[in-house]
Amino acid sequence: MADSMAQPAPQDGETRRDFLQLVAGSFAAVGVGAIAWPFISSMNPARDTLAVSTTDIDLKPIAAGSAITVVWRGKPVFVRNRTEEEVKAARSVPLSELQDPQPDQARVKKDQWLVVIGICTHLGCIPLGQKPTDQRGPFGGWFCPCHGSAYDTSGRIRQGPAPTNLAVPSYAFTSDTQIRIG
Amino acid sequence: MAIGLHKSEFKNPVIRWVDARLPVFTMVQKEYGTFPTPRNFNYFWNFGALALVNLLIMMATGIFLAMNYTAHTGLAFDSVERIMRDVNYGWLLRYAHANGASMFFIVVYIHIFRNLYYGSYKAPRELLFMLGVVIFLLMMATAFMGYVLPWGQMSFWGATVITNLFSAIPFVGESIVTWLWGGFSVDNPTLNRFYSLHYLMPFLILGVVFLHVATLHITGSNNPLGIDPKGPQDTVPFHPYYTAKDSVGLVVYFIVFAVLVFFFPNVLGHADNYIPANPLVTPPHIVPEWYFLPFYAILRAVPDKLGGVVLMFGSIAILFVLPWLDTSPVRSMRFRPLARPFFIVWCVAFLVLLYVGGKPPEEPFVTIARVCTAYYFLYFLVILPLLGRLERPLPLPESIARPVLRGGGPLPAGAMSKPMEKA
Repeated sequence: MADSMAQPAPQDGETRRDFLQLVAGSFAAVGVGAIAWPFISSMNPARDTLAVSTTDIDLKPIAAGSAITVVWRGKPVFVRNRTEEEVKAARSVPLSELQDPQPDQARVKKDQWLVVIGICTHLGCIPLGQKPTDQRGPFGGWFCPCHGSAYDTSGRIRQGPAPTNLAVPSYAFTSDTQIRIG
Repeated sequence: MAIGLHKSEFKNPVIRWVDARLPVFTMVQKEYGTFPTPRNFNYFWNFGALALVNLLIMMATGIFLAMNYTAHTGLAFDSVERIMRDVNYGWLLRYAHANGASMFFIVVYIHIFRNLYYGSYKAPRELLFMLGVVIFLLMMATAFMGYVLPWGQMSFWGATVITNLFSAIPFVGESIVTWLWGGFSVDNPTLNRFYSLHYLMPFLILGVVFLHVATLHITGSNNPLGIDPKGPQDTVPFHPYYTAKDSVGLVVYFIVFAVLVFFFPNVLGHADNYIPANPLVTPPHIVPEWYFLPFYAILRAVPDKLGGVVLMFGSIAILFVLPWLDTSPVRSMRFRPLARPFFIVWCVAFLVLLYVGGKPPEEPFVTIARVCTAYYFLYFLVILPLLGRLERPLPLPESIARPVLRGGGPLPAGAMSKPMEKA
């Protein structure tokens, strides 16, 4: 029975069986991929997780020179009401002195309000500097206690192992005293 | 076995290096490549492979569902609804898992039917069969506990009724039920332990499946004729012949599965399970999942608490001694003119029990359930033992190759054998 099914291979070396194996193999590969995708996709953020990815903040209670920490997507966001001296300090630094050159104007929407994600860009610790009693480091912004990265009053990295400035989340002023992050 | 590297026959140096130290490639080649398999399988022999695929689907979908499920009475129902509405493809995972359970029982019931019809449980495959019954019992326990997890009305009251079965045990019944619950009613501790065990048991099943297959590969497969292969002319290598045949069955299986999941995802479930569990209100008509209905019907057929529980568990336990109850040496029903109609009636009785198990406990269903329950046990305990003595089987073919090749194939000398003698 088996012998009668085997066909002699044609001269050019391509057989019907080669074709069938290729077609069946590709079909199986596409099928496995199509089945695997829902499993992989199910581990991405679910719709309810995406739905809570905006946070509204009222800026009125934040006095000049102080800051608050809010949670956005499970991460701390620093919102700081900077004094005029702090703004001036951030803007007087020549860009050539910065490790990750970025003008202060490009990092804020209104001069006094600085909004940054409060996660050190080195290895994910939360820098000190939010509370008045915290150590703010040599540049008056934030200081990361884990590995000694120091940020200035614009949240830019000035000293230490962190490679980049504190990230600025996407946000918008919904009124003069309200912002929405996300 | 001698100590030392395995003498691998693989040419590829990497495979050869591994195979010499851990001969898995040789084992797979021996057990799934060249494994000699009777050449006359019909499509009923697909269902073992289908069951294994089904188990793996259940484990894969279950692991991913577990990533989003919360085993707490206050959160479980909502976490399942979140899977259905918010988790990417969560609806697909859950419907595949729920309908996969139904598919698993369909496949396994056909697998068991195949076994009973072709007498696969008989010597030398008794232990293979008993391991299969163990798998079936583990499957039932796993399915039951899985159905409790969504914490709907049917989950809660199903759990209450089934755990209360154990209260029928004299003297210690109540203590056992309290122990099962971890409290004085089905509650959070019950849900937590059911979740833990529901996750554990598929791995136990996988272990017993391994033993089941290992036993199969000692005795070799039965076949539709129920006679043993007498030489190479009666067998073909497992690959490519049965890998190909199993693949055909697998495609049909996936089509049926897909139709269920994509077009009728709730047709085998019960609408009441979309109502959150309420320990103060029992639904007017509670039924287990469809695959438990025959046994549920047996439970209700007996007007005595302990008697019903004993018969229900006995209806499965009796399978453990089936290889010794059936005294006929002829395996396949094809050659048993009397046993065949009795067995077909048994199958009908099983299906009727499945039907009446889903009906309210009133006439005429109670009487029908009693008649079918009586026949269910009569078949095993009286008819099969007697038929072994009274029945005159049809003459068995000389070999597997003979009828397949319709007498046309030349057979090597010595491969011929006398017709099997009737004991």
